[in-house]
Amino acid sequence: MIPSLDELHAAFKRLLPPAVSPAQAGDCGGAPTAEGTAPTPAPAAALCQIVDPKAKGYHLDATVAPDQVVAAAELLDQRGFAIDTITGVDWMAARQMEIVYDFFHLTAPLQVVVRTRVPRDKPELPTISKVFPGANWHERETHDFFGIRFLGHPDLSPLLLPEDATYHPLRKDFAGAA
Amino acid sequence: MQLETIKAPGSPTEGQETFVLNLGPQHPATHGVLRVKLTMDGEYITRAEPVCGYIHRMHEKMGENRTYAQFLPNTSRIDYLSAMHYTHAFVGVVERAVGIEVPPRAEYVRVITSELNRIASHLVWFGAFLLDLGGFTPLLYAFDDREKILDLLEGITGARLTYCYYRFGGLYNDVDEAFLTGTREFVTYMRPRLDMYRELVTGNVILRKRLEGIGPISAKTCRKYGATGPVIRGSGVAHDVRKVMPYSVYSDLDFDIPVFPECDCMARYLVRMEEMAQSLRLIEQALARLPAGPFVAAKVPRVIKLPPGDYYYAVEAARGRFAVRVVSDGKEIPYRVKLRTPSFANLTLFEEASRGMMLPDALALLGSLDLVIPDIDR
Repeated sequence: MIPSLDELHAAFKRLLPPAVSPAQAGDCGGAPTAEGTAPTPAPAAALCQIVDPKAKGYHLDATVAPDQVVAAAELLDQRGFAIDTITGVDWMAARQMEIVYDFFHLTAPLQVVVRTRVPRDKPELPTISKVFPGANWHERETHDFFGIRFLGHPDLSPLLLPEDATYHPLRKDFAGAA
Repeated sequence: MQLETIKAPGSPTEGQETFVLNLGPQHPATHGVLRVKLTMDGEYITRAEPVCGYIHRMHEKMGENRTYAQFLPNTSRIDYLSAMHYTHAFVGVVERAVGIEVPPRAEYVRVITSELNRIASHLVWFGAFLLDLGGFTPLLYAFDDREKILDLLEGITGARLTYCYYRFGGLYNDVDEAFLTGTREFVTYMRPRLDMYRELVTGNVILRKRLEGIGPISAKTCRKYGATGPVIRGSGVAHDVRKVMPYSVYSDLDFDIPVFPECDCMARYLVRMEEMAQSLRLIEQALARLPAGPFVAAKVPRVIKLPPGDYYYAVEAARGRFAVRVVSDGKEIPYRVKLRTPSFANLTLFEEASRGMMLPDALALLGSLDLVIPDIDR
């Protein structure tokens, strides 16, 4: 089955807004009340957007709550997407860590970005390695570089860093690099 | 290799004797400093745990403390056999974000040089893979052919391996007549060589017995692990960035994606052998259609600054999908550079795919993934 962008957009809309207001699960952050109560740090307006692939390189940009990443991964898994990569971005000034998940479709020209933000002093969110086993190493690498803990991950020991590494070099306050 | 006797809890043969076998980090079959910690039950692998990071250089951190132009040479040093494709992705992401129109001549030359680079990379794999399987001679033939490509590329880029030929908006310099004539001659020379490899190597009964039915990887496994390139095309899925999300001028050129549905090591072997023929087709067409005109865009900002936001650009490198994600805060230096490398994703499935295999077959499987270790470790 080749999913259409519109169907995918609608599916993400059903997933959003965050689970805290299940009564409004039919809206996509459009309702003012949803914007007011959304516990995610990201602005509600950016929750789920179709973007121009010529300008950005991807088709759909979805921001979800940290506890929704597994549901988002399942949604894409059911539609024949493959895991592309997982990474982090340290927004130190905003005291947040962003986790960015990329997915690509095997045969359709569709590239989807799922992103979420967690507090920088408590960077924890569930693992998606049970949905996509390939996420295992990407999450391990993200833990290496940012210290983001993926709850339920089978093994977060350093993958690319030395086995006794206690530092996270891609954090913006890491001073070890030249 | 060292031997040590342990009882592996939870293994299929728990309570019986298993032992740990270290493959690498200095083993010839791992082609670089990759270590695989194998838990063996006799000749059979019960668990294979790749241990990476021996040549980790933190390219992504380097991306955060230098300008876009300064980071460009780094991208050719990630997969040193596929440098053209990697620099293509990085100049591509910057051109996309800044909105630089690349002249057609530059795009056609990019296709020619990228495909030459792909053939050179596949020739290294071809020689080294057969070496892993115990056939020494093909390596000498393959490196002979590859030398011709390296000479051609050296003539225009000045480098033999870590090219930095693509620049934001075009190329470092224009191609000369020597390169064009030499590349035409190379296409004529290479076709019969591929026929010869087909007759001498592909049909060889020993090779077939070593590869057919060995190391099966299903299309679903590829999808779940994000394996791309010849690995997924050897599992019957026609995923190629050049076709699925065409970049540069690939959509104007006529070429096929070799796909083999057998999912075994032989299928992955055949994909790469066919890809070399397809690359020759692409080079021939691009040479015939090469437009005149400038080789670099007239208006390229002296100081490259990306508008705030994040940008993604994927290319089909020799080993599969390579992508760059740049997050910009509007400054001269990227806020974050993420490098998505194919060898990393392709290796993640090794633990699952090698379970229960015999050791020599697992080496064939490892070779059929065509890993480049700096590409994994970054």
